[in-house]
Amino acid sequence: MPALPLDEAGKYVAAAYVVFLALILTYVAIMAAKLARIDRELHELADVAEGRAGRDGEERAGG
Amino acid sequence: MTPPGNETETAPAGYRPSTLSALAAILAKDLRVELRTLQSVPAMALFAITTFVLFRYGLDRESLSGGLAAGVLLATVLFAAILAVNRLFVAERDEGGFDAIRLAPVDGSALLGAKAAALVIYLLVLEAIAVPAFALFFMDSWAGVPPLFGVLVLADLGLAATGVLISSIAANSRARDLLVPLVLLPLLVPVMIAAAGASRELLAAGGPSYDGVAKWLAVLAFYDMTFAAVGFAVYDYLLED
Amino acid sequence: MKVPSLRDTAIAATLLLCAGFALVFFYAPLDVDQGFIQKIFYLHVPLAICSLAGFIVGGIFGIAHLRTGKAIHDVRSYVSIHLSVIFGVGVLITGSIWAHASWGKWWVWDEPTLVSFLIVFLLYATYYPLRYAIEDRDRQARYASVFAITAGAFVPLNFIAVRMAESLVHPRVFATANGGLPGSMLLTFIVCLAGMALLWVALVRFELAAKSASASLSRLRRAIEGETQVPASGSRIAPGVPSSATSAS
Repeated sequence: MPALPLDEAGKYVAAAYVVFLALILTYVAIMAAKLARIDRELHELADVAEGRAGRDGEERAGG
Repeated sequence: MTPPGNETETAPAGYRPSTLSALAAILAKDLRVELRTLQSVPAMALFAITTFVLFRYGLDRESLSGGLAAGVLLATVLFAAILAVNRLFVAERDEGGFDAIRLAPVDGSALLGAKAAALVIYLLVLEAIAVPAFALFFMDSWAGVPPLFGVLVLADLGLAATGVLISSIAANSRARDLLVPLVLLPLLVPVMIAAAGASRELLAAGGPSYDGVAKWLAVLAFYDMTFAAVGFAVYDYLLED
Repeated sequence: MKVPSLRDTAIAATLLLCAGFALVFFYAPLDVDQGFIQKIFYLHVPLAICSLAGFIVGGIFGIAHLRTGKAIHDVRSYVSIHLSVIFGVGVLITGSIWAHASWGKWWVWDEPTLVSFLIVFLLYATYYPLRYAIEDRDRQARYASVFAITAGAFVPLNFIAVRMAESLVHPRVFATANGGLPGSMLLTFIVCLAGMALLWVALVRFELAAKSASASLSRLRRAIEGETQVPASGSRIAPGVPSSATSAS
C-alpha cells in the first residue's frame, strides 16, 4: 500500500471530507426549502384567520 | 366428491384443521394447478437452458469448471427462480385466495408455508432438468453433480423463504413484476455467495473437492433459518387486509 | 431520563464532530503504511457504522409499528432508513475515494466491509419504489415495516457472508479498520464515531420535526379553510406524522 506524498494524499483526504460536508449542507438546504414553504403557508393561514377574526369583530361591533 | 349412498364421516361442528393439514391442502391445490396449466416450471426450464446457450456465447467457452461453472449455473437458477416467485401469489390475489385464508379457521402461516413448499418443489424440478443440461453442455465429469444437489436444496430453501416474503408484499402492489426482482436480488446475494462458495469446490476441474464446503452449507442453513423465522414472525401482517 | 431536545442533540453533535475532526488532523498519529490517506478512515468508518446501525433501528421501529399499529413508528422507521441511505451514499463515495488513493482504482472488491455495504445499500434503495408501488396508506406502512424487519435481519447476515467470501490471500485494504489501533487513534476514532452517531440522531429528529410541522400545518389549514381538497399528510411515498402524535421536540 503506497504512502502517497503529503500533497497528493492531502487532496484525497480533503475530497472525502468535502463530500461529507456537501452531503450535510445539501440536506440542510433541502430542509431549509421545506421550512420556507411551511413558513409561507403559515403566513397565508394567519392572514386568513386574522381576516376572519377582523370580520367577526366588525359584525359583532356593528350588529 | 363422495358418490351417493356412501357413508362418510362428517367433521364435527367447530372442527379446526391443523395448520399442517391446511398447508398440505393448499400445496396440493397449487401443485394440481401447476400440473394442469404448466405455467411456471416449463418456462423456468426453457429459460435456464436458453440462458446456458447465451452464456456459452457470452463467455466464449465450451467447458466450464470451478468458480465459473458455479457462477453460471447459480445465476441462471436464481433468475429462473424469480420467474416462479413472480407468479406465486398472482392467483391468490386475483381469485380472492387471501380473503379465503383470512376467513378460514386456519392459521395464515399455512398459506405462506404452502407457497414456500411449492416454490421449493418447482425449483427442485427445474434443477432436475437444468443441472443435467448444464453438465451436458459444459462439464467434463459428472462427479460433482450429486453433491451439488445438496447445496441446491439448501439454496432453494433460502430462495423460498425470502421469495415468499417479497412475493406476498409485491402481490398487493402495482408494478409487482418489477418489484420482485428489484427487492429480491440483493436479499439473495448471501445465498449466491454461500452456494457459489460450495459449488465451486464441487465443480472443480479435477473432480469434486470438499474443502470448506461445510462452512458454506452452514451459512446457507443459517440464512434459511433466519428468513424462515422472519416469515413466521410477520406473516399475520402480510395477510391482513 | 428526560430525552434531550433536538437543539441539544444538534449542539452536542456539532461539538463532538468538530472535536473529533480536530483530533484527526492535530492529534492522531500518521499511519505507518498508508500515511496521510488513512485519515479518511475516521470519516468513512463512523459513517458506515452509523448507517448500518440506522438500518437496524429502522427495523426495530418496523417491529414497533407492526406490534402497536401506531403510525408514528412507521414514520420513524422511514426517516431512520432514509437518513441511513443518505449516510450510505457518503460511505460509498468516501470508500471509493479511499480505494482510489490506496489502489489507484475507484472500486475494490477486496474490502468486505465496502462490498457488503454496497449490497445493503442496493437493498435499501429498493425501499422507495416499494413504498411508491403500494397505494393504500395502511398497507404501505405495514409492508414497509415488514421490509424494514427483513432487511434489518439481512444486514448482519450479509456482512458475515461477504466477510467469509474474501479469501485470506488478499490483504485487507483498510487494514486499520480492525487491526490493533494505538490508543491515540482509538480515542480519535471513538470521538468521531460518537459525533457521527449524534449527528444521525439529530438529523433524524430534525426530519421528524419538519414532518410534524407539515402535518400540523395541514391540520391548521383544514381547520381554517374547511374541508377542502387537502391531500393526506405526507407525500405519496413518504409518510407524514399522524395528527394524533405530539410534535417531536
